[in-house]
Amino acid sequence: MLELGLFYIAATVSLISTVLAVTRYNAAHALIYLIISLLASAIIFYLVGAPFAAVLEVVIYAGAIMVLFVFVIMLLNLGQSGDVAEHVLLRPRMWIIPSLLCVILFVEIVYVLQSSESLLNGMVVGPKEVGLELFGPYVLAVEIASMLLLAGLVGAYHLGRRYFTDVRDVPTAQPLAAVSGDDHE
Amino acid sequence: MNEAIVIPMEHGLLLAGILFLIGLLGVLVRRNIILILMSLEIMLNACGLAFIVAGAHWGVADGQIMFMLILSIAAAEVSVGLGLLLQAHRRFGSLDVDQASRMQG
Amino acid sequence: MADYIYLIPLLPLMGFLLLFTTLGNLPKALVALVGVGSVASSAMLVLLTALEFMTLREPLSTTLYTWINVGGFSPFVSFYVDGLTLTMLSVITGVGLLIHIYSSLFMLDDKDYSRFFSYMNLFVFAMLVLVLADNLLLLFVGWEGVGLCSYLLVGFWHEDSANGAAARKAFIVTRVGDTAMAIGMFLLFAHLGTLDFAPMTAAAISQWPEGSPILTIACLLLLGGAVGKSAQLPLQTWLPDAMAGPTPVSALIHAATMVTAGVYLIARTHDLFLLSPFALNTVAVIGAATLLMAAFTAITQHDIKRILAYSTISQIGYMFLALGVGAWASSIFHLMTHAFFKALLFLAAGAVIYSLHHEHNIFKMGGLRKKLPVAFWSFLIGSAALAALPFTSGFYSKDAILLSAYENAWQGPLLWGIGLLGALLTSIYSFRLVFIVFFGEVKTEPSQPAGWLMAAPLLVLCLLALVGGFIVIPVMDVFPAATGPAHDGLIAIITPAVPIVGVVIAYLIFLSHSIDISPWTDSKIGKALNRFWFSHWAMDWLYDTFIVKPYAWMAHVNRMDIVDWFYNFTADVVRFLHDQTTQSQTGQLRTYAGVMVLGLAAITAIALFSGGGTAP
Repeated sequence: MLELGLFYIAATVSLISTVLAVTRYNAAHALIYLIISLLASAIIFYLVGAPFAAVLEVVIYAGAIMVLFVFVIMLLNLGQSGDVAEHVLLRPRMWIIPSLLCVILFVEIVYVLQSSESLLNGMVVGPKEVGLELFGPYVLAVEIASMLLLAGLVGAYHLGRRYFTDVRDVPTAQPLAAVSGDDHE
Repeated sequence: MNEAIVIPMEHGLLLAGILFLIGLLGVLVRRNIILILMSLEIMLNACGLAFIVAGAHWGVADGQIMFMLILSIAAAEVSVGLGLLLQAHRRFGSLDVDQASRMQG
Repeated sequence: MADYIYLIPLLPLMGFLLLFTTLGNLPKALVALVGVGSVASSAMLVLLTALEFMTLREPLSTTLYTWINVGGFSPFVSFYVDGLTLTMLSVITGVGLLIHIYSSLFMLDDKDYSRFFSYMNLFVFAMLVLVLADNLLLLFVGWEGVGLCSYLLVGFWHEDSANGAAARKAFIVTRVGDTAMAIGMFLLFAHLGTLDFAPMTAAAISQWPEGSPILTIACLLLLGGAVGKSAQLPLQTWLPDAMAGPTPVSALIHAATMVTAGVYLIARTHDLFLLSPFALNTVAVIGAATLLMAAFTAITQHDIKRILAYSTISQIGYMFLALGVGAWASSIFHLMTHAFFKALLFLAAGAVIYSLHHEHNIFKMGGLRKKLPVAFWSFLIGSAALAALPFTSGFYSKDAILLSAYENAWQGPLLWGIGLLGALLTSIYSFRLVFIVFFGEVKTEPSQPAGWLMAAPLLVLCLLALVGGFIVIPVMDVFPAATGPAHDGLIAIITPAVPIVGVVIAYLIFLSHSIDISPWTDSKIGKALNRFWFSHWAMDWLYDTFIVKPYAWMAHVNRMDIVDWFYNFTADVVRFLHDQTTQSQTGQLRTYAGVMVLGLAAITAIALFSGGGTAP
């Protein structure tokens, strides 16, 4: 029963922190709540018998990927002006229609899940089984994932270049010279 | 750890669904590109959660493997997405996604 | 055994592809080597085939592959060589080779030397496919192929827009006939279920009684195609204009080979025509009418090539006459001898034109006998054969045709009389040409006499035009045995005597001027008649007035295209809807995502509540 209690606590933490992450005006605050949500997910992974996935969730998701967000937020250096701008961007009445849509989807999910009650298998699937599966039947998927990561690397390198000018030479919203002048400082 | 873990699968899947919907709500509502990317991460994570729970239901490793593949997709997506974000910030001077509306018909 | 037959058309095709794809970047010597060599190799293979045919004494056939296989219709790409095909093959590759050799010098100064030879090779390929085909559909491919090459070569000097107009005329007028032929093919296929010659014939014989209306219609439609391609009444107007092309083209396409394709077509399908006496008589009438009309026209012309063109029309009229009276073998025989002497005449005319810097008017020539001996002797022999003077090749073929015509059950003596009048006129106009161009006072000074590459083909053709009458063409197995013409004493004497009379008349009028025809020609009627004949019985005027001008008027009225209104309306509606839908494309990411979610919700709802979805 301890596991069951822990599961509901982690689920509640996860839901609350996710809602907060989505609603914050400050990007850094939102990021902190997102990390909390991910850590709660990691606990749930552990509880349902997937310790390896839990470790990966902490190390890669909450660690590596979120650090990327932190770097970007630091790089943009939005500060106080970012919060002010966010108040302009996020107006309360914008929530209405999307919320309605999501409620519809929620009802549908509940409808699907309500009918039967099945419990989880008590087996713990450890790293060894995962590894055997991963480099057995799924080796092709691993290769594809590696290509995807390589493509992401190349894309990120290309997009991250500082003087990335528009090849079509169409005037952009802000004069490019001003932007690049800004970059030189 | 080997005693039966009696967590109902539906609750796990329901949690995944709700997280997914919150992420979706974020994507629809937020105009800040950083927040949109974060919301996408929430959605991907929710998918991963669903896979893990389903895998745990059958007691097989496939769910975790799918989670790892989602993880790699998330990593690639974030790296490219953040690169685009930097470019958008340089171009438009703001992170408002509605500024990038040149493809309107 | 017959495995190499496909090489006969393939070699010219490869020559064409090579010359065409190199876009004239090869040196001229190489171009000539490829252009002439491919036809020469084909000629060698034809010789080989002929030897094999002579040993085996039975038709050779080879199937390359199934062309199409759909709904019970499966024409093969297969070749069939019997005596008729072999005769045609020999004419095409033999005369074709000589003309290619001749052209290699004649066209030497032309900037599009390579293009010329590529088209010529393509023509030879298409013509070979035409005669080798063992079904009507493949024949039609070759048929259209030669039409295309005719268009390309008539308009070869396309910088002059008149040549382009002549090419278009040739193309469009023959297209009228081709359409008729295509419809005829559809009709035959719809009723007989096959287009292969042998099964088609067998089916027709078993299915239709003699004189059945459908068969007659099909035959008349096929005849329409033949009439268009062979420049017979009423579609003959394109051939004189087609003389705008280079002279070797006129010799090869518009004298020796392509224009005789219609004769070949009817000869190939003669079993069908035998079942339909009406169609057969129509062939004879068309032949007789055409030969007479063209002969009258030829007498009045003064362009050397146009005279030859009208004489070609007239001679093909003889072939049609022969077909119409059932003298199949004589027709093909005349086809062959005509190919020899008409190619000879055209090439000799080409030599004259070449030496006189593209002078075509015969009244500006004269006394060329001494200056251009090769051309003179060629012309003399060619004209003698054309006029069917005794012991030349033309004599044997035309004599056989006229005698068969006389024997014909239906209006035999009348057809014979027309043919005889035509023969008289033929000898008058051909020797008028000889006397005016080569005798009399010298009017121009020729330059650059023809080289040996031009002289050698002329000499070979001279020989063929003289002794070609002794060649026995191996067609007796192809055609039903003709009842040998009973040599009615008087007829057999009159027939060969008439051309000699014609020569004498031509001599008296045009050389010795003993008969003064000026009172006749200067009289009002004579002038009118002269103008009437000169314009080829006002055929062009007729077409212009009754077809071209009304059509142009209709096109003018309909230039906004009434039918298009409907389609433009549809397009406008679509464009309007497009403009409306474009509004939904806001360019805003969130809108798109929102619409996607809406769709997702809707699809999930449908899946769940339509009974398809059940909970796990």
